[in-house]
Amino acid sequence: MSLVISGLHVDVETEDGPKEILKGVDLTINPGEVHAIMGPNGSGKSTLAYSLAGHPKYHITSGEVTLDGTAINDLTVDERARAGLFLAMQYPVEVPGVSTANFLRTAKTAIDGEAPKVRTWVKEVNAAMQELGLDESFTSRSLNEGFSGGEKKRAEIVQLQLLNPKYAILDETDSGLDIDALRVVADGVNRYTAPGDRGVLLITHYTRILNYIKPDFVHVYVDGRVVAAGGPELADKLEETGYDSYVAAARANA
Amino acid sequence: MTVTEVPNVAQAIETVESHLHPKPSFALADHPVPTGREEVWRFTPLRRIASLLEETPDAGALSVTIDAPEGVEVGELNAGQAPRGTVLVPGDRLAALADSGAPNARYVRVPANAELAQPIFVDLHGDDAAARANVVTVLVAEPHSKATVVLRHTGSAQVLENVEIDVQPGASLTVVSLQDWADDTLHGGEQTARVARDATYRHVNVSFGGNVTRLHTNVYYEGPGGRAELYGLYFADAGQHIEHRMFVDHNAPDTFSHVDYRGALQGTDAHTVWVGDVLIRKIAENIETYETNKNLVLTEGARADSVPNLEIETGEIIGAGHSSTTGRFDDEQLFYLTSRGIDPDEAKRLVVMGFFVEIIHRIGIADLEERLIAEVERELAETVGVAKHVREGE
Repeated sequence: MSLVISGLHVDVETEDGPKEILKGVDLTINPGEVHAIMGPNGSGKSTLAYSLAGHPKYHITSGEVTLDGTAINDLTVDERARAGLFLAMQYPVEVPGVSTANFLRTAKTAIDGEAPKVRTWVKEVNAAMQELGLDESFTSRSLNEGFSGGEKKRAEIVQLQLLNPKYAILDETDSGLDIDALRVVADGVNRYTAPGDRGVLLITHYTRILNYIKPDFVHVYVDGRVVAAGGPELADKLEETGYDSYVAAARANA
Repeated sequence: MTVTEVPNVAQAIETVESHLHPKPSFALADHPVPTGREEVWRFTPLRRIASLLEETPDAGALSVTIDAPEGVEVGELNAGQAPRGTVLVPGDRLAALADSGAPNARYVRVPANAELAQPIFVDLHGDDAAARANVVTVLVAEPHSKATVVLRHTGSAQVLENVEIDVQPGASLTVVSLQDWADDTLHGGEQTARVARDATYRHVNVSFGGNVTRLHTNVYYEGPGGRAELYGLYFADAGQHIEHRMFVDHNAPDTFSHVDYRGALQGTDAHTVWVGDVLIRKIAENIETYETNKNLVLTEGARADSVPNLEIETGEIIGAGHSSTTGRFDDEQLFYLTSRGIDPDEAKRLVVMGFFVEIIHRIGIADLEERLIAEVERELAETVGVAKHVREGE
């Protein structure tokens, strides 16, 4: 039982044809583990996130991803989500006309295969919103429409708590958050992992969020592959030295 | 996807003769068979409605059932019998044929000061796609009455239909016209309202079904203080042509109009047309008008034409404006929603429903809103994928 990424190669569609972004990624996330993926801009971190979720712009050319033993390469985006995968997006999409409450209920129904119990669901939603510092008016607003950058990130974590997926990919959830919002969002992630049976892939550029969400493993990611792996101490080292030496080494090997 | 947006703003025209609103007339000779080159016909697939353009007697193709609460007068009016012909003078050949070809008009009168708790339902149903129906309905809301009339069109027929609406001083009338036809129906005609002093008229046009639908919705005023709100939503599936043409004639001062139409399209050769004409005459000082049309194109191969026209003959007004937008269903929205486990058809339904609900909530009559939401959901469930059965939680 785990999320296993093996030998993953991914192309992205560009105007000049397909371009390889992921060049062989191997990663195993077991339930209860938090893996931080750290890397400089343009290293392919978001591509990893999107290709796991199944975004149509990205094509897996070789390698395999299995979720608790099931290959998900050929599953559609919604099937992957129902299999237990969740992507908290760096830039959540605005959906005019669809209320947040209606969206949450529809998503919960899709994930669980049955509608949530009316009596408890509204309370659950309101509690999660409150925990993330969003007032109740957000549930009647159109999904993400007119939300500030920080509010969108908070709303992603509301969804994480309510949908409670087996594995969550957090794509730069910390970017653009001030320190108070970062704490609130990190608390939400920690509530989600508290039972100890959820797996997290935390993608970030900065070490700051790792002060609030403790990773079990840290992977340094440069030019479409993992170039270094270790425990939390690797993040401390990155804080001091930055990515330059890894980028230089990757260039030398290329 | 093809989009045309041609806003025409003509200022300070002294004459109101315009191709956009030809001189209305009961005489068929004034409405020759169009060639398709005329501005008002250029979007309409004339070959598909050739039979509608012919002078054909009413074959009784539509059965009309009127369900009205107590106190409402329901009757018939012969040709030339007032109030028939006092509000609507046909603006095109289809409307002229509807009138001249309908021996008897249905007549519904809401008495002065009556406030109806329940809507009046007019059900029009056809069973023969080759048979002609020429239908005229006359609705009169007497002073200070308050009522809702729901016209519900279902089944198959070749339909020419006029609805003549007299909203008398201080009355408040809501007319909902639901076009839920079978796929082989042809439907043309005109719904024209005269809005008297301090009266409020609300018209809600909902068009889903039919092969070709071409409907005029016209408003003019009789005295100051009249309000008209024209709302519409339409959904065109593959091969369907749905055309709505508005004409709001601000012929009295201190009047108000708001037009808001929204449409969604999917499938090859789904075609919608929205033309919104607003004329602000010299006398119409201190008026306010806004018209807007939004289209959501769900698939390739569908075409939405949207043409707002504003003719302004006086600058002494509170405001006049229009907007028109046509957008595609966004792949990123689809990705976002499906990444939460929602299947793609359901995701599309959510987005389209959201798009329509904003209009439905403008109606402001809770019962009617719920009824329409249910209608739209049913329509979307049938057309945008197939709804999945979901067990309700306890």
